[in-house]
Amino acid sequence: MDIDRSMIGLSSKPYTAVAEQEKARRFAEAIGDPNPLYEDESYAGQTVYGETTVPPTFLIALGNNAELPIRLDVRRMLHGEQAFIYHRPVRFGEKLVCTMSVADIYEKEGKSGAMQFLVLDTEMTDENGQLVAVSKNTIVYRPAKKPEKGGERN
Amino acid sequence: MKTATVLEVKQLREGAELPILEKPPVTREQLVRYANASGDLNPLHTDDEFAKSIGMDGVIAHGMLIMGFLGQYVQQLAGKEAFVADFSMRFAAVTRPGDVITCRGTVARLFEENGKQAAELQLTAEKAPGKPVGSGTAVLLFGRQEDR
Repeated sequence: MDIDRSMIGLSSKPYTAVAEQEKARRFAEAIGDPNPLYEDESYAGQTVYGETTVPPTFLIALGNNAELPIRLDVRRMLHGEQAFIYHRPVRFGEKLVCTMSVADIYEKEGKSGAMQFLVLDTEMTDENGQLVAVSKNTIVYRPAKKPEKGGERN
Repeated sequence: MKTATVLEVKQLREGAELPILEKPPVTREQLVRYANASGDLNPLHTDDEFAKSIGMDGVIAHGMLIMGFLGQYVQQLAGKEAFVADFSMRFAAVTRPGDVITCRGTVARLFEENGKQAAELQLTAEKAPGKPVGSGTAVLLFGRQEDR
């Protein structure tokens, strides 16, 4: 479907995600990131994190359960930008209540005409309702049926 | 693999170029492992035939894998003293198996947040000199964090 600014503010139902240490270990291993912060409690205890935590991009692996009330065409989606904002460290085993919402939709003039951008924010709060982290995904939503070059398909 | 060293707060100065992190070449096996570990099972990253069917020359790396490399770099620079508060990346070009990604950073800005030393880093990931696959920023906060 096509997207327009009337969709800003739409959000998914909240869903629960848990950062599992074993999953984070496999994630770090796939990247080839050997930082002991993700596994070694005694090392992590000496850091400002205080205990083991997730690799900085791991939250992307928790965001697969969101169902937005709009139907996006994955073939038109390119991953343009990604941001993670941490309000405090994510702890292994804690329940995170996640809600994805359409934070923004805007157009920019690109090389091949106007391109639409869709910004999806996933807010993650703890059981006390305190914001822990936000994952911000900016998607380039291309015109339907156009040959593609470069970029990252989602 | 060349590895970055840890940033020390007393050595921070604006404009300073940081030690680089050079990753081993990206492999197809790595893309399969990353697909499974991240849950991004788009066959564009693991199936050459599929990638060709949509006009690519073959599989390309997940953009998020490259951000993972930059994340490794940033978390390593943060060491024991800094908290990675804000980390973003913009994707600019594709990475293919065999590409060697080098992560580079400079100290863009030093400032204080809630009385704590903060450093904004400007980051790039490149597959050859002058051929970036993406750029980003990270904000490191020094000292133990209460809720921000």
